[in-house]
Amino acid sequence: MERVPVLKIGDILLVSIQVDMQDQTALALQEDLADRIVTTGCHGVIIDITGLDIVDSFVGRMLSSIASISRVLDAETVVVGMRPAVAITLVELGLSLDGIRTALNVELGMELLARARAAESDDFDLDLDLDGFGSSATP
Amino acid sequence: MGLTAEESSRLAALLDTNAEKLTASWTDTVTASLRGRLTRAELLRQVNDLHGAIVEALRSADFDLTAGGSGSLRAALVDLSRSRARQGFSASETAVTVFALKRALFDVVDVRSADPQVLGDLIAAGLMIDDLGLFTFENYAKTREELIADQAEQLLELATPVVKLWEGVVAIPLVGTLDSARAQVVMERLLETLVDTSSPYAIIDITGVPAVDTQVAQHILKTVVAARLMGAECIISGIRPQIAQTIVALGIEFGDIATKATLADALRHALRMIEASRKGRSN
Repeated sequence: MERVPVLKIGDILLVSIQVDMQDQTALALQEDLADRIVTTGCHGVIIDITGLDIVDSFVGRMLSSIASISRVLDAETVVVGMRPAVAITLVELGLSLDGIRTALNVELGMELLARARAAESDDFDLDLDLDGFGSSATP
Repeated sequence: MGLTAEESSRLAALLDTNAEKLTASWTDTVTASLRGRLTRAELLRQVNDLHGAIVEALRSADFDLTAGGSGSLRAALVDLSRSRARQGFSASETAVTVFALKRALFDVVDVRSADPQVLGDLIAAGLMIDDLGLFTFENYAKTREELIADQAEQLLELATPVVKLWEGVVAIPLVGTLDSARAQVVMERLLETLVDTSSPYAIIDITGVPAVDTQVAQHILKTVVAARLMGAECIISGIRPQIAQTIVALGIEFGDIATKATLADALRHALRMIEASRKGRSN
C-alpha cells in the first residue's frame, strides 16, 4: 500500500498528496498525521493537492475529517494548490469544503498559518493585559 | 457523374482544341461579374488553371469528381473557393467562376447547327459543370463557416483579458454580455491567472456588462466560490446604479462577497486587506 509522507517544517506539518487516494491510503494518512501532530506538537497542517487531478466527494470528506482531527489536536489545517479545473468541478457539483481554509500555494499557506498563529498569541497577550488592568480600571 | 468514357474524352478534346477561345470568353464573363475587383490577368490565370485541371480530369479513365483521377481538379476548386471566401466575395460571385464555363462552351460550339451527338455532349458537359459548381459552393460555405468559428474564438480571447493590477491583485474587466460559454472561459482564465501569479485577490469588474440577470449573477457567484476554494478572495466592482436595482429586484444575494462601486475602490479594499495581513504577520 502506498503511504503519503508527512514532512515537518518548523511549526508546520506538510503533506503533499501525489497518489490516487484509496480508502486504505486515506485512513493511514489520517492516523500518521494525528500521531505526528501529537509527537511533534505542531500547530499547523498544510495539505498540498497540486498533484490531484480529481477531487471527488471521497477526497473532500477525507480533507474535512483531517481538518476536524487536526482541530481537535489544536492544529490549523490549510489545503493548498487546488487546480482551477478541480475548483470548477467542485463548484459545479455543489460540493464545498466546509471548515477548511485554503491558499493558492504552499508559501501563501505558510503565511496564512503564521498569521493565524500570531493572531492567537495577540489575543493571549491582550487577555493577560485585560486581566492585569481589569480589577483596578473598571468599576 | 453521368459521363461515359467516350463523352469525357470527346469533351476533353473539345475543351483542348478551343482552349484559347474558351478561356478568353470564360474570363470575360467572370471579369464582368466581379466588376473589376480582380484584374483580368489574375482571373485569366485562375481560369487557365481550372481549364487545365478539368481537361486532365476528363482524360483520366472514367471521370468522377470524387475519384482519384480528379484530385488536382478538386484541389483547384477548393483553392478557388477558399481564396474567394477569404477575400470576401459573395457566393454567386464565387459560383460564376465555374458556371461561366457553360456560357463559354455555348459560345464556342454553334448550338443551332450542331449535330445531335455534340448537343448530347453539351448537355453532359452542363451536368458536369453543375457538379463542379456545387462542389465549389460547398467548399465556399465550409470556408466561411471556418472563418466565422475562428472569429468567434478570437473574440472570446479578446474579450477576457486578466490584468495584474498590483502585487497580489489581479483584475478581470468584463465587457459585453456574459453567456454560459464566455462565463466558463472567464472563470478558467481568472482561476489560472490566480495560480500563475499566486495572487490572493481578484477583482471582477462588471462596468462593461450591459445587464445582470440571475444567470449572469450565478456565473459570477460560481467563479467567486471556486476562487475561494482555491484560497483567493474576489471583489466585485463596477456595479452601475441600474444594475444594483436589478440585482435587488431579482433577489440575487451576493452574501459576504465584497462589492464596490468602482475599480479604484476595489483596489483600495484589496490593498487594505493585504496590508492588514502583512501587519498581522509581523506582530
